[in-house]
Amino acid sequence: MSQEGIIQGEFFMNGDEACAEGAISAGCRFFAGYPITPATEVAERMSRRLPEVGGTYIQMEDEIASMNAILGASWAGAKAMTSTSGPGFSLMMENLGLGVMLETPCVVVDVQRAGPSTGLPTSVGQGDIMQARWGSHGTYEIIALVPSSPQEMFDLTITAFNLSEKYRVPVLIMSDEVVGHMSEKVVLRAVPPEELVERPRPSVPPEKYLPYQTDGSLVPPMALAGEGYRFHVTGLTHDERGYPAMNAAAQDRLVRRLVDKIRLNRSDIIRYEEAWIDDAEVVVCAYGITSRVARHAVHMARSEGIRAGLLRLITVWPFPEEHVRQLARRTQAFVVPEINYGQIVFEVERCACGQARTALLPHMGGGVHHPEAILEAIREALR
Amino acid sequence: MTDTARAVRRSADEYLRVDRIPHIWCPGCGIGPALGCFIRAIDRAGLDTDKVAVVSGIGCTGRAAGYIRLDSFHTTHGRAIPFATGLKLAKPELKVVVFSGDGDLAAIGGNHLIHAGRRNIDMTVICVNNFNYGMTGGQMGPTTPLGARTSTSPYGNFDPPFNLPQLVAASGAAYVARWTILHVRQLEKAIVDGLTKDGFSFIEVIGPCQSSYGRMNKLGQPVDHLDSYRKRCVVKHEADLRETAIGLGGPIVVGKFVDTRRPTFGDRIDSMLHRAHDQKI
Repeated sequence: MSQEGIIQGEFFMNGDEACAEGAISAGCRFFAGYPITPATEVAERMSRRLPEVGGTYIQMEDEIASMNAILGASWAGAKAMTSTSGPGFSLMMENLGLGVMLETPCVVVDVQRAGPSTGLPTSVGQGDIMQARWGSHGTYEIIALVPSSPQEMFDLTITAFNLSEKYRVPVLIMSDEVVGHMSEKVVLRAVPPEELVERPRPSVPPEKYLPYQTDGSLVPPMALAGEGYRFHVTGLTHDERGYPAMNAAAQDRLVRRLVDKIRLNRSDIIRYEEAWIDDAEVVVCAYGITSRVARHAVHMARSEGIRAGLLRLITVWPFPEEHVRQLARRTQAFVVPEINYGQIVFEVERCACGQARTALLPHMGGGVHHPEAILEAIREALR
Repeated sequence: MTDTARAVRRSADEYLRVDRIPHIWCPGCGIGPALGCFIRAIDRAGLDTDKVAVVSGIGCTGRAAGYIRLDSFHTTHGRAIPFATGLKLAKPELKVVVFSGDGDLAAIGGNHLIHAGRRNIDMTVICVNNFNYGMTGGQMGPTTPLGARTSTSPYGNFDPPFNLPQLVAASGAAYVARWTILHVRQLEKAIVDGLTKDGFSFIEVIGPCQSSYGRMNKLGQPVDHLDSYRKRCVVKHEADLRETAIGLGGPIVVGKFVDTRRPTFGDRIDSMLHRAHDQKI
């Protein structure tokens, strides 16, 4: 352990624990949560680790409270996180919207299990992907990252904090039960301070500060409670002063900026990985644990002489639409395996826009796809 | 006007976002006087006002945060307390005040209220109780007296209300008081007490919703409505909290009910940190 309690080195640990370590390395010093399978290990690790690094862990009365507590902590200046799974994620939707509206940096981890409702608490699902995008009411954009290994639970948690601070938006980590619970080698690397992004801060004195005035970057500087700025923020539609503004013009101005600060920065935000893609006639588009099965299936297809490739989504939201459009022009078909009955496939189909066939390979949850099933879908796609 | 009154008025402007006046509250509403008491209490308590944060939920009272010239947060319905919990824990030097209504704090936010009391987190909650949901036009809620008429209890309310001081005291609050907006000095003093108290302080402020509750229950003109408080209120410090329930008629028991000392959530975090440190060694 280094000074300040940051752990470095190589460890055998599960994804949930790696996520907690990623958060601590990213500077997270506040965690509010509520126990829920399969995300509990994130909270457990944070409850042990935060006191070692001068942070605060609190177990709230429910996930609604957890979400609100991290928003409050963020406005007090802390990098803050919560973790949950489907039922808790549903409860967080209301105040995820508040986080978007107040432009509050924070990170929400959803270790997905199979739903709907209580579903299969201890088994994998990927059914919350559309909820991540559309789950809170109203018009907004969100950032959602999907790790596929414990190592990525560490690395992408750092990325999530950085994006969240940079764009002043809640960032979602859409993990899943298998990635959360599987143990693998994880390198807890040293994260140099210059790699960590901090939220934009006001450079003007309090009397000149307007909480939602931007300098053209679309992301306003953020004052913190207790610094003398005496700012007001509200979940109501508001103007640059942070004051309620109950009219369509203010709504247009605000909501456009909330959406555009993500949409117009897609190229900075979007991350994906490709394999065997250059000459691919069929592209398997997958994310999370499913992408690992898909990689094996694509490898099997290649050894049969099928020109298959893999597009692994790391950012599901914003969706890499332009890239999928380009792929659609030079491939014949997309195969989309996911542990739900069709979510990201709609995005792929939309972007393929009839230029390439799109086939869903659903799995209702409780397990992962069999590589043979994906291989067969690849073969089928080229028939 | 006396010198004191002038001094108070000047200081009130210091604490208000005067560019947001006129406020949205109806004539005869009790929230303004409650806010006035709060502002004077902040002044009297001698706090570093740069370190005071005010959090409101949704509803008529929830608009209070928007008029106070301090760091102020207008959050979602019922969620002011958990938001305030995050603020306080992440920056313990803040003095955190939740200023919100009965529907916000006791109905949709009721779970957060009792858990904040249980933790005895260092926070002051000012709950303006007007016995109904004012913002949405006067519906019944968990503080509406039995028999009272509201827009959703047209035949008289049949849904028994909370006795808020009893509820919050039972959950563990260090300070619990109730006054009406007629009790300006007592209320102001209670808020000062709350602000300077270590732990969870809860001040219920009975105030009229003249436009809805007052009209529907034929409580007369605003002055009659207030006069009913004068007639009904019984000051009883350290009252038996089984006797502080509020009916449609009958006495309204007011006073300082609980003023005790037990470890705050912050104290308990500190002792946990000591234990954690000792275990490492």
